[in-house]
Amino acid sequence: MKKMSTPLYGQQNKTAYLFLLPWLIGLFCLTLGPMAASLYLSMTKFNLLSPPTWTGLSNYVQIFSEDDTFRRSLGLTFFYVFLSVPLRLAFALLVAMALNKGIRGLGIYRTVYYIPSLLGGSVAIAIVWRQIFDGNGLVNQFLNWFGIAGPSWIAHPDYVIYTIVTLSVWQFGSAMVIFLAGLKQIPADLYEASDVDGASKLRQFFRITLPMLSPVIFFNLIMSMINSFQAFTPAYVIGDGRGGPLDATMFYTLYLYLKGFSFFDMGYASALAWIMLVIIGIFTAFVFLTSRFWVFYGDNQEGR
Amino acid sequence: MPFKRKLIQTGRHTVIILLGLLMLYPVLWLIFSSFKPNHLIFTNSSLIPTSFTLDHYVNGWKGLQGVSFGRFFGNSALISVMSVLGNVISCSLAAYAFSRLRFKLKTLWFSVMLVTIMLPYHVTLVPQYILYNELQWINTYFPLILPKWLAQDSFFILLMVQFIRGIPRELDESATIDGCGQSQIFFRIVVPLLVPALITTAIFTFIWSWDDFFSQMIYLSKIDLFTVQLGIRSLFDPSGQSDWGALLAMSTLSLLPVTIIFLVFQRYFLEGIATTGLK
Repeated sequence: MKKMSTPLYGQQNKTAYLFLLPWLIGLFCLTLGPMAASLYLSMTKFNLLSPPTWTGLSNYVQIFSEDDTFRRSLGLTFFYVFLSVPLRLAFALLVAMALNKGIRGLGIYRTVYYIPSLLGGSVAIAIVWRQIFDGNGLVNQFLNWFGIAGPSWIAHPDYVIYTIVTLSVWQFGSAMVIFLAGLKQIPADLYEASDVDGASKLRQFFRITLPMLSPVIFFNLIMSMINSFQAFTPAYVIGDGRGGPLDATMFYTLYLYLKGFSFFDMGYASALAWIMLVIIGIFTAFVFLTSRFWVFYGDNQEGR
Repeated sequence: MPFKRKLIQTGRHTVIILLGLLMLYPVLWLIFSSFKPNHLIFTNSSLIPTSFTLDHYVNGWKGLQGVSFGRFFGNSALISVMSVLGNVISCSLAAYAFSRLRFKLKTLWFSVMLVTIMLPYHVTLVPQYILYNELQWINTYFPLILPKWLAQDSFFILLMVQFIRGIPRELDESATIDGCGQSQIFFRIVVPLLVPALITTAIFTFIWSWDDFFSQMIYLSKIDLFTVQLGIRSLFDPSGQSDWGALLAMSTLSLLPVTIIFLVFQRYFLEGIATTGLK
């Protein structure tokens, strides 16, 4: 950044804070303040009607020692994240690579593959999805052609999670668009040189495509993971809104919502929120820390 | 050899098209089913309706408890448009300060802004609810709109900061020589050049507000305040009998605004995702 004459600084300082004012008010009133309040509330019993009573760490103790629903919802959310995120990214990469081969009509294909990501967050699509995986929904009608009698995917506690996972994988479009942009950045001469050396396509994929794409993979992984931990609408709509059948749709955010806004146990919900923050923080930090072993930024570029 | 290549090309196209159709199938099923008479919706698995009806749209539009879907659409539109305005204005102001102005604690505030991008919504959820409850703003649209006017979607600040950094500083400097103050530089030079980033922000804000379900559900319980998402969720009865025709018809309509905006602004939209990784 070029230095400007110092006398300006004092005046810029005031102007800058004026420009920042809305954001700063929001930061203190809607983010930092509520965060502090939430940390405090997590150590109280509070039902919104009578003032909060201080209970120290008892919410946390209760969550970790005797709350089976917490354990199940956390396990279910982990299962969802670890299954859906890699699948979604793998699909996105595969399709992006298929579309990257100078194919005609790229614009149309890109649009078609993006549409699920565009619409998938709405309640309407969650309802459609529920219907497709219902006992006599489209999936089972399809299986019937092969003489397979499918279960009611949404009503069976063992299978309903896969319905939610497919909904999430189906929305690989945005990751795909990012991969497409990344693939275009890879210099073609790298492939040409390795063609001359007689490298196989598979070898090119592992030696050129993946390393050159690793910053984009890193980015997609972080964003996808953070979003998936917070998934709510699909679990709420595809399940019965209370976590059923048999807690099989009790995602972590749904449990938090029920605790806070159905049972009005605001202290407990706050504690759940803080545990979630810590878990997301740990996973994000883990990906960041390991990234230097697998994210490749090119030789003469500084890290981002 | 050319024949083999052509074969591979054709094969690749076929796979891509088939997969594309599979991807679109659920959406197509929704649209086509909304025109089928009730008794055919689940029994007739072919997409094209053998008989055609608009009854579901007429019935669905009547809405719930005397409040029509027109009202729900109006409410959603109001929330979305106000959110768009809020985000565009407040985020561009903050982005200008971060990218062009020098001030005390700049590095600190900038890092704080970056960290808030990753913060899960749920950590501030309960105290925010209590705050809005104290202000008696439950069952108003303030809880949904106010955060946008206070630039709390930091993602867009970052998007615009990156964009402004690409605008040559010489423009500002020559404007300063011509006697422009900071606010004039902002409005006359930066804002006009920032338009693509503003459009990207506007599109995403609109779509996210339109599709938002969680906060709408928490803050709105009066039926005449309901949004499209809440209206559809209420038409839908997971345990018993839903009026499937009406539900599918209104669901189809609910996807229209988002689809239209996407198709109109496709270029900005896909570029926005590609360069910044927005959702």
